[in-house]
This record gives sequence, C-alpha cells and structure tokens, in this order.
Amino acid sequence: MWRDAWLIFRKDLMIERRARITLTQIVPTVLLILVVFAFAFDANASLLGAGAGGLYWVALLFGGVLGAKRSFDIEAEGGNLDALRMGGLEPAAVLCGKAAALAVQLAVIGTATVAGLLILYSVTVDDWLLLVVAAVTGTAAFAVCATLYGAMTVGLRSADTLLPLLLIPVAAPVLLAGTRAFDVALGNSADQGWSWTALLAVVLVTYIAVGWAAAGPLLEDA
Amino acid sequence: MALLDRFPALAGVDLDVAAGEIVGIAGPNGAGKTTLLRACAGLVPLRAERAEVLGFDLLADRRAVRRHVGLLGHRAPLYGDLRVCDQLRHCARLLDADASEVSSAAERFGLGGRLESVAIRRLSEGQQRRVALACLTIARPRLWLLDEPHAGLDSTSRAALDELLAGAAAAGATVMLATHETGRAAVATSRQVTLVGGRVAVVAGAHDETDSSDVA
Repeated sequence: MWRDAWLIFRKDLMIERRARITLTQIVPTVLLILVVFAFAFDANASLLGAGAGGLYWVALLFGGVLGAKRSFDIEAEGGNLDALRMGGLEPAAVLCGKAAALAVQLAVIGTATVAGLLILYSVTVDDWLLLVVAAVTGTAAFAVCATLYGAMTVGLRSADTLLPLLLIPVAAPVLLAGTRAFDVALGNSADQGWSWTALLAVVLVTYIAVGWAAAGPLLEDA
Repeated sequence: MALLDRFPALAGVDLDVAAGEIVGIAGPNGAGKTTLLRACAGLVPLRAERAEVLGFDLLADRRAVRRHVGLLGHRAPLYGDLRVCDQLRHCARLLDADASEVSSAAERFGLGGRLESVAIRRLSEGQQRRVALACLTIARPRLWLLDEPHAGLDSTSRAALDELLAGAAAAGATVMLATHETGRAAVATSRQVTLVGGRVAVVAGAHDETDSSDVA
C-alpha cells in the first residue's frame, strides 16, 4: 500500500518537476488574482487586510481545482489509468499518492500566496504557529477532496466545468474553517482559532475515510 | 458478454488459447477486437458462463490477473512530460522489475543514447510506440495483449517486435494481437481469429493444444 502510494507520489512530482506547471502557470495566476483584488478594492489596506484570510483559501481553492484537473488529465491521456490498473496497484494507494503530490503543489501555491499577502497587502501575522498548522491541515484536507473529485470526473467530456461545480460545495467546510483560523492568526478576529483548526482536522479525517471507501469503485469505473 | 457502460460489446466469444501461442485477432471496425483484449486484461466487466485467463477466474476477481498481463492499446500509455529514461524507470518500479531490465529494454527498441533524455511528447508516434513496447518488455508478462502493435513502427522496429513476440511465445508466454494488417499478422501468428459483430466468425490455422486461456 505505502510502496504503491510512494510510487505515484514520486511519479506525479517528477512530472511536475519536468513540466513546471505549478511554478510557471498556477502560482503566477494566483498572484495575479491578489493584484486584481487589490485593484478591485482600490488598494484599501484595511479592507484588503480584513479579507486576506478568505482570499488565501479562495486562491488555494482555485489552484487546487487546476492542480486536481491536471493530476488526472495526465492519467487520462494515452490510457495511463489502464496502465495503473494493470500494475495491480491498490486504488486507495493511487489516490493517496496523488493527493500527497497535489498537497505538495498546493503547499507551494499557499506559500507564494502568503508571501503575496505579506508583500502586496502588508498584512501582519500575530500567530505563526496557528497559521502554519491551519494551512497544513486545510491544504491536506483540500488535496484529498480535490483528488477524490478529480478521480470522479476523469475522462468525462465535461470534466473542465464539472470538477469545480462538484468540488467547491464539498470543499466549503475547508474554506470556512480555514478562513476563520486565518482571521485569528492574522489578528483580524478574536475567535477560537484552534477550534477552527480542529474542525479542519475532523474534515480531513472525514475526507480520508470517504476516499478510502470510494477509491476502488472510483478508479475501476473511471 | 462484455459490458461497456452497460452496453454489450461482445456477444459471446468462445475461444481457447494455448500457452505459447500467438493468435491474431482480425475483424472490421467495431467488431470487438479491442474489447476482447481489454476483457482478457480484466478491465471490462463480464457476464459469461466461464471466463478464465491464465488460470484466473475473471468472473470472480478480474483484478487478480492484471499483474500477469501486458496490454498495449491504440494509444501508448505514457506520460508526455517525462523523459524516456524516467518513463522506463517508472515502469520498472511499478512492476517491481529489476533496474537492469530498463537498459536492455531501451537497447532492444533503439531508445538508448540521446533519445533517453528526450521528453516523450517530443518523440514521433512510432518512437512513442517503441517506448510503450519497451515498458511491456520490462514487465515480462505471461500474456501479451497488443492492439495494432505494428502501427507507426518502421521496418526495423517491426522486425524487433516480431522477434520479441516470437521469443516470448517460445518462452511459454501467450500473445494475442489485434490487427487490420492481416498480411503482417500472418507472418507472426500461428492462428487467426476473425471477429464480426462481437462473435468469433472464422478461426484459421491449425490448433490442437489444450487451453490455458479461455474467454467466453
């Protein structure tokens, strides 16, 4: 199981290393969104600072949709999904490896987004530990969820539009809890930041359990 | 009967294939050649009285046979962004094969030297086909299922493929290859099966062996 997951994780990151889609296309697009938002709010520093937490998770959601789509596009082209099935890999291991690789790519996007918020929006961080733990937990939860829905829509003609349509409502708890935790970490709220982070962990465990149960049917029928 | 999205694609194929045999599958477009190969690979749900490949019951568990089967479809299952050597190494890791298999497979299909470090999407269709065949060689399957394997290959690679298949069959592996090139298939195959409308219409060539693979 873990050997299979490691194989997929390594292969996906090797493809990303060669193609550099995250670094050269998704990260610049996400940074562009931050710039466009700054223009939209007339560079109002207090308004931008107040919305920075939400903007981070929206940016991650956007990057995650693109990343999950690409993660399964490379399997759909040329019948690579059949090759994985023929390799006798555990379906749960395939999803686990792909989710871990997507999480690494999302971590790169997240780091660039935080840097963008610090530089472009001049936000300050009150609690770095909370920020990092919430970011890691939320990113992992979103990566698992995006991978599941990527597997569900792979090969469908309308996958481009169907993936965000299905994924965004299901990922809403990550967006909500992540935003609340970030608001506390950025000093925009006196809420219970760690409670929201705990909720992110619960959501992560739920997504993993669902993914584990659904992996077989998802990859067999994809 | 094989089901594709609940639609029957094979309307009852009665075929016994012996170990070490090379069988050509011919027939018009849509006859069920590709579906038959995918069914033998355990990739298609089946409804049949009996469906056995390499001793594995496909009706009971169609996943178990996959590890022992090498399937090459119309399109080469490759990752365009990987280099040739990365792709071959990935195949070796996936199949738990020895790393030394990689260099011998690359050499056999002329993928050594400069080609090793070229991204797969930069290769011609024929070269990509050669990479896919090299991956199959690394797998050393007991059953080779090839869909139009000669398509896009130059004469040298075709000869290498024929030699490879003959060698695999001599070593006891079974080969089933779907092709429209009946002239080409006649050179390599010991028996020619023609499918029409999802059924076996004609079987040409002597065959008296007992079966090791049976797809019904």
